[in-house]
Amino acid sequence: MKRLRGGTWLPPAVFGAGALGLWELVLWATDPEGFVLPRPSEIAIALGENISEVWMASRVTGFIILSGLAGGVVLGAVAALIVIRFRTANETLTPLAVAINAIPIIALAPLFNNWLGITSPRSNQAVVVLLVFFPVFINTARGLSEVDEEQVELMQSYAASDWRIMRTVRIPNALPFFFTALRLVASLAVIAAIVVEYFGGRQDTLGNIITQNAQFTRYDVAWAAVVAGSIIGIALYFAALIVERIATGRYARATAEA
Amino acid sequence: MAQDLVLEIAGLEKTFNPGRANAVTAISELDLSVRPREFVSIIGPSGCGKSTLLRLVGGLIDPTAGDLSVNGRSAQEARLARDYGMVFQAAGLLDWRTAVRNVELPLELMGWSKFRRRARAKEMLELVDLDGFASHYPAELSGGMQQRVSIARALSFEPSLLLMDEPFGALDEMTREYMQTELLKIWRETATTVIFITHSIPEAVFLSTRVAVMSPRPARIAAEIPIDLPERAPQVRDTEEFFRSVSLVRRTLRSVEHE
Repeated sequence: MKRLRGGTWLPPAVFGAGALGLWELVLWATDPEGFVLPRPSEIAIALGENISEVWMASRVTGFIILSGLAGGVVLGAVAALIVIRFRTANETLTPLAVAINAIPIIALAPLFNNWLGITSPRSNQAVVVLLVFFPVFINTARGLSEVDEEQVELMQSYAASDWRIMRTVRIPNALPFFFTALRLVASLAVIAAIVVEYFGGRQDTLGNIITQNAQFTRYDVAWAAVVAGSIIGIALYFAALIVERIATGRYARATAEA
Repeated sequence: MAQDLVLEIAGLEKTFNPGRANAVTAISELDLSVRPREFVSIIGPSGCGKSTLLRLVGGLIDPTAGDLSVNGRSAQEARLARDYGMVFQAAGLLDWRTAVRNVELPLELMGWSKFRRRARAKEMLELVDLDGFASHYPAELSGGMQQRVSIARALSFEPSLLLMDEPFGALDEMTREYMQTELLKIWRETATTVIFITHSIPEAVFLSTRVAVMSPRPARIAAEIPIDLPERAPQVRDTEEFFRSVSLVRRTLRSVEHE
């Protein structure tokens, strides 16, 4: 975890604090009406005043994000394994995945609400799963197939089975591709979950806090919910990063230094 | 009779996409025999099917016609019995494994215990003068070192036949000559039979007990030239005998190309 020490996190932290300060200062100096864009201090106060509501909503939306993310990642990775292992699966599954990806999935959220029940988390989860699935599937499949042909021949010369080649050559080769996708979909899942909540459903969600408060020009409270969503997104991104570090371990550091 | 030969090939033919418009006959009517402990280099015009021949011998692809037997077995049986050690032009190391774990790979597939295969892998790294680099990743090694790890890996399970496809092709001249000397040392120490593909005439002459010259496509073995050098030390490259052999191979190659 060498990289997480002062040298790396300090510059972005200083930059972030500076940006917030500038935002505060410019709005304070020009003094526009509060509902156009609240100052960071106002958002912080709104967050403090509504902390229990935002916290409860974060838990509801966070559950949708996490479960949808997990479902989509597992499905995407498993589909990639199947497609690379069995040629016929590749010919049927890949066009299907491409077709699913071509659908504007978020636009289908109201329809999912109709199918799976507007108050049920199922419809929200379904949208997140579908959105997360494709990047994971495509990236992992690519990592599994883009291996050195000579490494495969070498394994064959040791009389290794196809499954053994999968385990020893293809899966380790696909890990960096998989983790790139994971970091990408971590934030995608947050966006998807919150946007789906704009279309209605339960009241105690981040998406609902944003739409309701925006309607009544309580922008500072809406922004507080946005902050909560951002925190979830950042936390997921770093969680993905940490899992990647653990999985690739010393090898990643060796190649980074070489 | 067949038992005395490591490799026996008769009337070998390989046609890609047979029966179709884009059918290509890469190899036709190819005969070759290799005795135990021989070092046979195969040389020929580029694109003549040298690598195809090596893959046929290694059982990675199947011949269209003809007989090919390795230690009296078919190439497929020999492959499944792990008779081959293969070394390609690219070292083909797994980037995420350290040098020692790359050498262990074939032993792992053969079900050796962790302790035994670690001991053997260390021994092999010593053989290729890389004892200090066991826990380095391929990205931390030079091209020549990577190729030595690859050779150590190919030899780790004592295959009866070492198949090498231009293993030093990507190395600079100095490293190349050094690797040739190393390979000869290993060959003497391990009593392995080697089939070595190259397009460098001096390399073939320096290394081999016999040089087989391939014709252009469809390839066959057009000539076989025994090489008889007094000693295989680096300075032999500057002797009259060495030049004579190089020149003989070059003339043969030229006559074959213009047939």
